[in-house]
Amino acid sequence: MSPAPGTVDPLPESRAYNPGNMESLWPVIEPLLANVSKPARYIGGEMGARRPEHDGFQVAWLLVYPDTYEIGLPNQGLQILYEILNDRNDSLAERAYAPWIDMEQAMRENGVPLFSIENNFPASAFNVIAFNLSAELVYTNVLNLLDLGGVPLRSSDRAVSDPIVMAGGHCTYNPEPLAEFIDAFVIGDGEEVVGEINAVISSWLHSNSGDRDRRILREALAQIDGVYVPALYGSRYDGQRFMGTVPVGNAPPEVIKRTVADLGQWPLPRQQLVPLTEVVHDRLNVEVFRGCTRGCRFCQAGMITRPVRERPAQQIRDMVRDGLQRTGYDEVALTSLSTADLSGIESTVRDIIDDPTNGGRVSVSLPSLRVDAFTVATAAEIQKVRRTGLTFAPEGGTWRMRRVINKLIREEDLYGAVDAAFGQGWRRVKLYFLVGLPTERDEDILGIVELGRRCVEIGQRYHRSVTIVASVGGFVPKPHTPFQWCAQDSMEELQRKVALLRAASREVRGLTVRWHDPAATTVEGIVSRGDRRIGAVIEQVWRAGGTFQEWSEQFRLDLWLNAMESEGLSIDELVHRERGPEEALPWDHISAGLHRDFLWDDWQQALEGSGVADCRWTPCYDCGACTDQGIEHIVASSLPPAGGSQGTGQDLSSASKVPVRFTSAPDQASTFAV
Amino acid sequence: MTGSSAEMQLRIRYTKLGKIRFTSQRDVARLWERALRRSRLPVAWSKGFSPRPLLSFGLALPTGAESLGEYLDIELDSWDSPGREVAHDAIGILDPVTSAALSTFLSSLLPDGLSVQAVAPVPAGSGSLQHEVSSCTWELEVAGVTEVQVARQIDAVLRSSNVPVRRVRKGRMLEDDIRPAIRSLTLGADCGRDHRGTEGTVALSATVATKPRGVRPGELLEGLEADLVLVRARRTHQWIEHGDARWEPLSEAGELPGETGLHAQERAS
Repeated sequence: MSPAPGTVDPLPESRAYNPGNMESLWPVIEPLLANVSKPARYIGGEMGARRPEHDGFQVAWLLVYPDTYEIGLPNQGLQILYEILNDRNDSLAERAYAPWIDMEQAMRENGVPLFSIENNFPASAFNVIAFNLSAELVYTNVLNLLDLGGVPLRSSDRAVSDPIVMAGGHCTYNPEPLAEFIDAFVIGDGEEVVGEINAVISSWLHSNSGDRDRRILREALAQIDGVYVPALYGSRYDGQRFMGTVPVGNAPPEVIKRTVADLGQWPLPRQQLVPLTEVVHDRLNVEVFRGCTRGCRFCQAGMITRPVRERPAQQIRDMVRDGLQRTGYDEVALTSLSTADLSGIESTVRDIIDDPTNGGRVSVSLPSLRVDAFTVATAAEIQKVRRTGLTFAPEGGTWRMRRVINKLIREEDLYGAVDAAFGQGWRRVKLYFLVGLPTERDEDILGIVELGRRCVEIGQRYHRSVTIVASVGGFVPKPHTPFQWCAQDSMEELQRKVALLRAASREVRGLTVRWHDPAATTVEGIVSRGDRRIGAVIEQVWRAGGTFQEWSEQFRLDLWLNAMESEGLSIDELVHRERGPEEALPWDHISAGLHRDFLWDDWQQALEGSGVADCRWTPCYDCGACTDQGIEHIVASSLPPAGGSQGTGQDLSSASKVPVRFTSAPDQASTFAV
Repeated sequence: MTGSSAEMQLRIRYTKLGKIRFTSQRDVARLWERALRRSRLPVAWSKGFSPRPLLSFGLALPTGAESLGEYLDIELDSWDSPGREVAHDAIGILDPVTSAALSTFLSSLLPDGLSVQAVAPVPAGSGSLQHEVSSCTWELEVAGVTEVQVARQIDAVLRSSNVPVRRVRKGRMLEDDIRPAIRSLTLGADCGRDHRGTEGTVALSATVATKPRGVRPGELLEGLEADLVLVRARRTHQWIEHGDARWEPLSEAGELPGETGLHAQERAS
């Protein structure tokens, strides 16, 4: 490893990767903290944090979330790997987050490198630096953090003594934009593969110096299922057009994602980190299932995480009880892509609330509500302590639009949900929509306002003043979804649609429209479906000072446009163009387990406006996620949940007759049949 | 205090030292809320749509400053709660022994750097910390100046009748005179206890009024008009004053202000 700055420490051969004379950087960090915003971001000290001792024989990982501490700390994926690596006897892990701009400047001015928040060791003292990639716009931060850590930016420039740079998370399903900078990507669930990777790295680090060559390590890593080593692949182009990526070294032609077959075997994190300072999602989080088969066509998470794997109900109750007792939180979120779909959700939440050992004042939050009155009744019952806002995601403004995206919510479902929400005391409901969806017409845009207007009217039956917030995002087609072939709306078109929406909504009192910046949507489009050539664009934007691009006050469209132009790349070609069935896609060598013809057929069905059912409760339509991987759904209930339609194949006409009693007193709302 | 049906009020004295000084007052409030939930003490809650535990913190401590004496009043509910037995064992009879046990127990639930020194029941109807505390003492370590320079500046401040400092309030620059708030200002650390000064720094001690508004350490140094860097600020005492007498809201030994007088009041009720 590189010695700490300013030290030269020749190491005995047997301990050659020992970071050596490592010293805490705290004495140089501490004086900086008096003059930066939110200094508690940099002190660690969370309940559950480890303080591993570096003995020189364990592989030392620095797990990095490339955004601020308050965004990154709650990330469950990072916390799970943190526990696994620290519990193994051949590895240890510390954490780092992106220092905010003021801190970064202070660090650079004072020669302080990126440091771990546990032992305050420099990033370059770790064997592995592993990034969690949850969003494309953080990519410039990844480069910035490598630079701040004193690590050569490009994989090809790194010496034997430099850290191995890895990345995991949902964005790795199109790894190409970061291919030049990352030594190895992990595709899929990390719980099992992280140990396999550690074993390979450990044996490489302990090998004779003659064999300690990064090329040898690359090839060894590439043999692990689910690990993608981009240096062993090459891409071809024909002018602007991407033509394909193939192995140029000893590596498989296709890297298939890793899937943990049984979530019940991984009851992690056992010791969720409880921060000293405020963060987002500041509560106990318990993942109740992984995967989603609702089949919303715009949703990458729902496509790449199949199949549905529920955690056993008793394990959920144990994790909640133990977690609440350990942390002192009074709120627990049952997390998943659609928690209302958990088998037996009502009895699970009731058990949590009724458990006397939980202290009696616990609220349960369901981060993703299904749009129906039944779900609202559950929400009303369980949020006794503190009522969070209610949010529903119809996503499309008309039934036709929602059929295209396979989000099969009837208007009566939404009105029933909103009626129940206002009837049970809420005065503010938030609705999520997307604009720029394929086949979208102006009437679909105006449909958003119409839905909002009706929801306000429903609310006014209960309260004098109500607010409906319609939050509108610009649609970005994502790899490994049925929409991966479609043309993304231009920035001008998105701006026109937003203007249309604003003009129409101005006449509706009680309806507030918020929208995402179409410029940021465009840039997200560049990176989402970009090929390797986008790496140079990311680097240019970073060199021009473009960090924290997902923060609206830091976002700089001009930097991205300039970089695209100077690299000779066309945004129209990459973002605003529909692809044909035979065209090579930059992520074709990465497999989420989904058959390409399944995705294409689903794309064609979208254009016809026909939906597909949720295969959890209906026959398999062979998307590939289960059949080819030898795994299957783990779902406790063979029946879809009561109430609502949404692709469950139920009798839609019953949606307005959900067994909910509306009362103004939330405490009495619990008398509904399951 | 807030018209609640709380049966008992506890006052807690604790320190905030080390890395945790970079957390804010709000952060510390959240840390206390979680620690108290884990303690199972029957903390009383406010009524209404968004109930909160009835905790009241005294004088806010600026982010980055340490303290040897922070205070927190907690209202406790009836004993008919899941925490009853824990609470009864620990504070049912609050003699010095159980008070020490409760201090140790609460400290074990708090992160490093927050440490409980004393706990005592406060009679119903006592004034709030916010209302009662009227001055506090700071110990400051500064760098970039010599002791002689600091001494000269202290002298100048004490002799002048007006010490203007500027501050931004609601986007406007205001000028405040902090001289009336300065009760004492001396060179050297005033507290003899376990203090290790940082090498190369000059220590000074100041007692300032907290009303009508608190004087922050930074303002004090601005008033000194010396080109110095604040290395460390540590609040050593908070004071409740009556005439010429002053008490800490709760001493390290667990004594409340005017202990005898308050007992008399308690007996009378």
